[in-house]
This record gives sequence, structure tokens and C-alpha cells, in this order.
Amino acid sequence: MSQATLDLAQPRIADAVPLASAPGYWKAVRQRLLRDPVTIAVTLVLCGIVFISIGAPLVAHADPYVGSVLGRLKPIGTPGHWLGTDETGRDLWARLCYGGRLSLLAGILPVTISLIVGGFLGILAGYVGGLVGTLIMRTMDVFYAFPSILLAIAICGLLGNGLSNSVIALSVVFIPPMVRIADTVTTQARQLDFVEAARASGTTTMQIIRYHVLANVLGSILVYATSLISVSIILSAGLSFLGLGVTPPQPEWGLMLNSLRQAIYVQPYVAALPGVMIFVTSMCFNLVSDGFRSAMDVRLNK
Amino acid sequence: MLIFAARRIFQAIPILFGVSLVVFGLVHIVPGNPIDLLMPPEASPAVIAQMKKAFGFDQPLYMQYLLWLGRALRGDFGLSVFNAAPVWGQLVTALGNTFVLAILAAVLGFSLGTVLGVSGAMFHGRWPDKLFSAIATTGVSLPHYWCAIVLVLMCAVLHDWLPAQGMGDDSLPLYDRLQFLILPVVTLSLIPMGVIGRLVRATVLEIFGQEFVGALTAKGLTRWPVIRHVCKNAAPPVLALMGLQFGYLLGGSILVETVFNWPGSGNLLNLAIFRRDIPVLQATILVLASFFVVLNLLVDIAQAAIDPRIRR
Repeated sequence: MSQATLDLAQPRIADAVPLASAPGYWKAVRQRLLRDPVTIAVTLVLCGIVFISIGAPLVAHADPYVGSVLGRLKPIGTPGHWLGTDETGRDLWARLCYGGRLSLLAGILPVTISLIVGGFLGILAGYVGGLVGTLIMRTMDVFYAFPSILLAIAICGLLGNGLSNSVIALSVVFIPPMVRIADTVTTQARQLDFVEAARASGTTTMQIIRYHVLANVLGSILVYATSLISVSIILSAGLSFLGLGVTPPQPEWGLMLNSLRQAIYVQPYVAALPGVMIFVTSMCFNLVSDGFRSAMDVRLNK
Repeated sequence: MLIFAARRIFQAIPILFGVSLVVFGLVHIVPGNPIDLLMPPEASPAVIAQMKKAFGFDQPLYMQYLLWLGRALRGDFGLSVFNAAPVWGQLVTALGNTFVLAILAAVLGFSLGTVLGVSGAMFHGRWPDKLFSAIATTGVSLPHYWCAIVLVLMCAVLHDWLPAQGMGDDSLPLYDRLQFLILPVVTLSLIPMGVIGRLVRATVLEIFGQEFVGALTAKGLTRWPVIRHVCKNAAPPVLALMGLQFGYLLGGSILVETVFNWPGSGNLLNLAIFRRDIPVLQATILVLASFFVVLNLLVDIAQAAIDPRIRR
């Protein structure tokens, strides 16, 4: 009951004060998120996926590396292997659970790295400007000239396969858009009146960046980053699918999809399963990102 | 307008130069001479030296770069290290095959996306909007290589409707060869459909919210002329994204081409990576990236032609 009254009161408080800087802003965002059933449901699914990946030994009792020559390519619903077995007889459910570890890591790590590196370069370019800024932005323009998949495949293909190279390749691909966003927001924030005032009253550059620029940049860049995770998961699994990412026999969804592809005529449904995991995970990240974006966009909820 | 176009073309030149540097740098980032990696261990040093000389790998790096760039500008990408066939010939055939896929997928994806987006905006907040948004979000989140496998599963494994792989023999009649196109084109069109659908919906909604739309209606304009004005305002950002997406279709079809065994540029790139065929690799990446730059240039100019505000 008290929750409902709070909800009703919120818009009036929000209307009275400038929204973006109001102390109740994040509270309002949280409340809008809590009222969005799709975002809550999708977040729960994501938590489930993370749980079965991290807690794989708890939910899957079979060893993801040990196969059986006699038990190859069993259908879904086989006793002991409820999702069937793969082309060397390894339990598919166990491999899907353990595979989530590498797939999620290979998807989230590049976004985190590019968030930090790209955010730093973008704030530098936007705040310092001048020759340094031009140099950074023109270099980014060159990387922008490559279609992202092409660049990722080229880097990963040349560095050789392995999880770390796939992470490096995707980080390089994601840095330019991060830099561009951080640069634009920083340039805008630098010209705001209160930032001018802060500088005039003797605030140091570091303090201005810490309190005014970073606060503005982080919001937009974080929302962008959550939407990138979906792309990143698809691309990193795609690299493994081509044989460029994670190396066998490690379980990873893209790699599993590729090795099961040969078995499509024998066990068609089992062969499609790793892709379902990639799809569901990327879809969930996309929907969560959409939910955050609309909860944080003040104009939409007026 | 002409000045704007000239300035944009002028700006593209350093970017193209940077692209060539990145491509060359990428290929040479790996330690070791490409020929050493390629030759069998029992090959005599004399033969290896001869091979290096024949392919120009004995020169210092900056000379290799200048020689390569000079020849590339004249359309000469040298010979493949793997089978000694001219790179240019292989590349043109492969690019042609990819182009067919990309253009058909673009036409299909862009038109479906526009229809989804505009109808979503028209029914804003009601169930058709939610349905269309769900379709568009699905399109964006689909791993297209998996989608390709599922389509093969449905149309070639479980039912015998369409061929699963390849592009058909030249001797087959046109109708039969067109069947090979359907699955890859449908797969490739899903992402552009989702991306364009989402942007069109957002843009049209934003423009509907602007005051001039109300003013046009108040002035007595009927429904369709108002929609024409809205479309003209929505065109520049949508067009820009379509250009980007077409570039992605050209440069990013490698995964789908692998599943369907389509002999396009993606397949060529994949083979070149696994064969460590440096000349083919360099040429394919350089040509695809240059296409992308030129495409963006054209989009910018087209945008400025539609919207005078962009020509500053």
C-alpha cells in the first residue's frame, strides 16, 4: 500500500525539480524498472543462466569432458542425458552449463575492457581536445571504416585462436563507438554553465572530471555497453563457431554449435541446442538494455 | 552541395590511407615471415629464400608496404601464396557472389524493417506495436549463423524443400539456381530487418511528436501528405543506417557463407585465414573495408542531398 502511494507521489516530485540532477533520479529509475514486468522477467532468466554457468557442478553431474563411444549423439530425453549427447558422447546438458562460463566471459569481458579504455580515451579527447583529441578521434575513424565482424575476424584470425585473442579482437572492435560516445558527452558537459562556474571557482581538473564529466558520461556509456553485450556474445560465439575463438575440447556454445553442425542429419534438435542458449542470452541482454534505456529516459515517462 | 561533396571525398582519402596501414599492420603483427610458416620444415633454405624473393617478403617492412600499396592502387594484388593464382581474379568472382546475396538481403530486410517500423509507430502502444517490436528485437538478437542452421534444419533436413548448401551448378536452369539463394538471403535479411525496424519506429515516433506535424494537420493537409512530410524527415538517419547495414552485409556475411558453403568473399577470407595466404587476406580485407568507406561517403552525400541542414 505504501509502495503504491510512493509511486503516485513520484511524478509530482519529479516535475517540481530539474530531473537529471535531482537526488531522486536514481530512485525514480529503480521504481520504473520495478514496474516493468518484461525487464524483471528477463533479468530473472539472465540470473538463471548465470547461475547454471557458475554453479555448473551443482546442476549438471556429468563430466563435460568425458565422452563415450557407444553413447554418441543420443536424442533428447535419453535416460541419464536428458538433453542428449554430442558427437563424442559427452552429456550436452553438462556442456551447455559449463559452456556458459566461457561464452558469458568471452561476451562480457570485451565490453568491460572497451568500456574502460574507450571511456578513458573519449574523456581525454573530449576534455583536452586540441591535437591529442584530433589524433584520437581520427584514429578511431580509421577503425570505424571496417565492418565490425570483418575486423574481429581479421584480428582473431591473424593472432591465432584462443579465448584471449578473441577478447582482444572484440575489445578493439568495441572501443571506437565507446570513444565516440564518451567524447560527445564530455564535449557537451565541458560547456555546461555549472562546469564553467566550478572551474572559475577554482575546482581542479581532476575534480571536474570526477564529479561532473564522469557522472554524465557513465550513464550514456553504460546503457550503450549493456546493449553491446548482446552483440558481443553473438560475435564471440561466432568467432568460436568459425574455429577462431575458444579451442576444443573446452565447452563453449559457438564451438559446440560448429562441431554439432556435422550431426544435423543425425540429431537435428540436439544440434540446434547450443544456438538456443546463445539466442536466449543475447535476447535477454537486449531486452534488459531496452528496459534500462526507457527507465532512464526521463522524457519517455512524462 | 558540390562543395560539401568535394570536402567529404577529400576527408575520405586519409581514412582510406589509414585503412591500408591497419590492414598491412594486422597482417604483419604476427611474428615470423609468412613464407617460413607456410613452407614444409624439410624445405631447403635455398628454396625458402627463392620463395621469399618471388613474393617480395625479403624486403624491409616499409618497402613491402609501399610496393604493396602501389600495386594495389593499380588493381594488382599479386599471386596467392597457396595456389599461385592471381588474387584479383579470385576476389572479383567471390565479391560478385557476395554482392548478389547482400543486395537481395538488403532489399528484403530494409523493406520489411521499414514496414515493421512505420506500422509500429502508427499503432504506438497497442498490440501490433508490441508484436512488431518483439519481431524486430528478435531479429537483432538472433545469432545469424544459428538461424542459418535452423533454416537448413527446417527446409532441407526435416523437409526436402530447398537445397542446403552451395550455389548450384551453372548447368542448372535459372529456376533451380534461384532456390539456392532463398535460405542465405532470408538469413542475412533478419538483422537489417530488426535494426532498421527499430530505428524507423523510434524516428517516426519522434517526428510525430514534433509540432510541425500538428501544424500540417491543422493546416488541413490530409493523412498521406502528412506522412510524406514525416517520411522525408525520417529519411536521413534511416538512410545512414541502411548504408552501414549494407556494408555489414558485404563484410559480415562470412559466418552465413560458411554455413551455406556459399563461394563468396567471406568464404575466401575464411580459407585465406586458415591457409595463411597473406596476399589474398590483405586484398580481401582492404577491398571490403574500402567498399565500406565509399559506401559511407555516398550515404553522407545522399543525406545532404535530402536534408539541407546537414550541409554545413
